[in-house]
Amino acid sequence: MKSLPHEARRKRRVAIDAALLFVVILLIVQMWLLTATLESYLAGHKSVALPGFLASAVLFGACVAIYFFVERLDRAPEREEEPYGIGPWDIH
Amino acid sequence: MEAPPGSSKKPLWTEEFSVHAADDRYVLRRQFTKFLTLTSFGMLVGNGWIYVKSLLDARTRGAALPRAVIASSAEVPVGGVKLFRYPTPQDPCILVRSAGAQLVAYSQKCTHLSCAVVYSSENHRLECPCHQGYFSIQTGRVLQGPPPRPLPRIVIEERDGQIFATGIQIQEEGA
Repeated sequence: MKSLPHEARRKRRVAIDAALLFVVILLIVQMWLLTATLESYLAGHKSVALPGFLASAVLFGACVAIYFFVERLDRAPEREEEPYGIGPWDIH
Repeated sequence: MEAPPGSSKKPLWTEEFSVHAADDRYVLRRQFTKFLTLTSFGMLVGNGWIYVKSLLDARTRGAALPRAVIASSAEVPVGGVKLFRYPTPQDPCILVRSAGAQLVAYSQKCTHLSCAVVYSSENHRLECPCHQGYFSIQTGRVLQGPPPRPLPRIVIEERDGQIFATGIQIQEEGA
């Protein structure tokens, strides 16, 4: 991975933290939805299966959108790679 | 292994430590975010499986359940119990003639974790020994314990000294 200037790196870390937080929230809702749908299905309420599936698809779509956002972060313009041999890990 | 002096080839450590130390936290979170997206897909597959199952159930719902002889009346005296399987050999059920001579039958699978429920004649109720879930013998509703739903009731009919099972009645919560 190429290195970024300090400020760009900090912004990218904030962005990934926010993306991760959103995905975690969506996943918690999706887990609850799955258990609630299964519970209703086992209780004989078969009609909830389709709305449950559609809601889960919407949540998955949101997760995929965040995934592409993260992918885009990786394609952000990068600075030239720092030359090797800089810093304390110089082992040349 | 170090690259020979003057060589343009990158040293081996750059392959083994391919991520800049300052980017380490970012890479970890990025990978975790991608993994969670995959988990989200797993949840979608779970919901899809429930939907497909409900469609298959709807297709087979049209076919009436078989009418099957499950016992003779003499086999189940007052306070007596008879185990049987209905509608398939994988569905254990329990038939009880309670103290009031009322004949009732329920699925024997506890609605909590599918342990087999047994009839307690002293307490006059169906009991799940695994987690102390108790069900009413009259209605099958939950009296106590972790089961979330009443026991499915087997519709029975007593005629000419024979007891028949004719269907299954899924009961609503609070029934």
